Amino acid sequence: MAHITLPDESLPGIVGLFNFRPETAEPLQLLAETLLRGDSPLTSGERELIAAYVSHLNNCHFCHTSHASAAMAHLDCDLSLIDDIKNGFQQIEISPKLRALLNIAAKVQKSGREVHAEDIAAAKAEGAADKEIHDTVLIAAAFCMFNRYVDGLGTWAPKEHEAYREMGQRMAFTGYVRFSVPQD
Amino acid sequence: MPHIPLPGHLPGITGLLEYSKDTAHPIRVLTQFLLRGKNSLTEGERELIATVVSHYNECKFCTAAHTAIADVLLGETETCELVKKDIDTAPISEKMKALLKIAVMVQVSGRAVTPEAITVAKKSGATDIEIHDTVLIAALFCLYNRYVDGMATVAPADPQFYLGLGQRLKEYGYNRLPNGYDHLKN
Repeated sequence: MAHITLPDESLPGIVGLFNFRPETAEPLQLLAETLLRGDSPLTSGERELIAAYVSHLNNCHFCHTSHASAAMAHLDCDLSLIDDIKNGFQQIEISPKLRALLNIAAKVQKSGREVHAEDIAAAKAEGAADKEIHDTVLIAAAFCMFNRYVDGLGTWAPKEHEAYREMGQRMAFTGYVRFSVPQD
Repeated sequence: MPHIPLPGHLPGITGLLEYSKDTAHPIRVLTQFLLRGKNSLTEGERELIATVVSHYNECKFCTAAHTAIADVLLGETETCELVKKDIDTAPISEKMKALLKIAVMVQVSGRAVTPEAITVAKKSGATDIEIHDTVLIAALFCLYNRYVDGMATVAPADPQFYLGLGQRLKEYGYNRLPNGYDHLKN
């Protein structure tokens, strides 16, 4: 049970919180939409991988699995590859550039102060542009917010990957704006 | 020096928000509502939450900026300094102590928030919305602090800069200035 009384306890993770406080739901959804599906030199699949990886490092099961499922939807991969994100991308094919950006994202997860000039230089050496570095840092920082919001209020999360299949497809292809309150 | 070229006349967060206006918009709207919107927590109390989280994240720019605006809103400079030193002995209500302790837990991790801390907050009169907003403000500043420091933005050393920024935030809040920031070039 969440730390606060939510109007619909059956809604998991951030969805229940959106329902509790529509005033903050709107900008939070627009932020996710812009970061993960808006204009960026990074593909939505790459950006969802960054979101899922940071959420894993923050130990946030709901955000990790839902964004991993969205990434799998974008990349047309099976949900079984979700665990590969936790294992540091041994099976999912990622470019050296994305690997360098994921390294920056992992530093941001610890603290902004952990990102050093050599991390940036390594990403630039793999061809990362300024905007790609910016978007990586902001996505990582944003998930340090989303993860804390979801877990800090004690929301519940479905356990199995399968429960996130449809959610991930909706996040990938319908988007984040107002997808949160399902109508029966 | 920032990791990417940013407008030199806009140190800290402002240069980033101008660099990427499409992502800045929802961040500004969220901040304006959480810190300036209608709320049973005062604007000063909400700025204390922002300041404490920035302080624990060791983000110099955000700590100095939100200390300045908290001081303006509270009308004195002592409370904010004492809150940063020790929440328990600071001259604030029991409810604010309980909420600030939750914020400090959120700074560590969402999973660090204990049911006991929530119970203490509720017993001291905190409502569900106040607890929700405290957690979300703390989480939002975990975003800001990482954004500002992860891009290695400049934190001016001159205390005058933050006094000016505090006044600007009091007057205009967190929305983008209607005419932009070109007037700050010199």
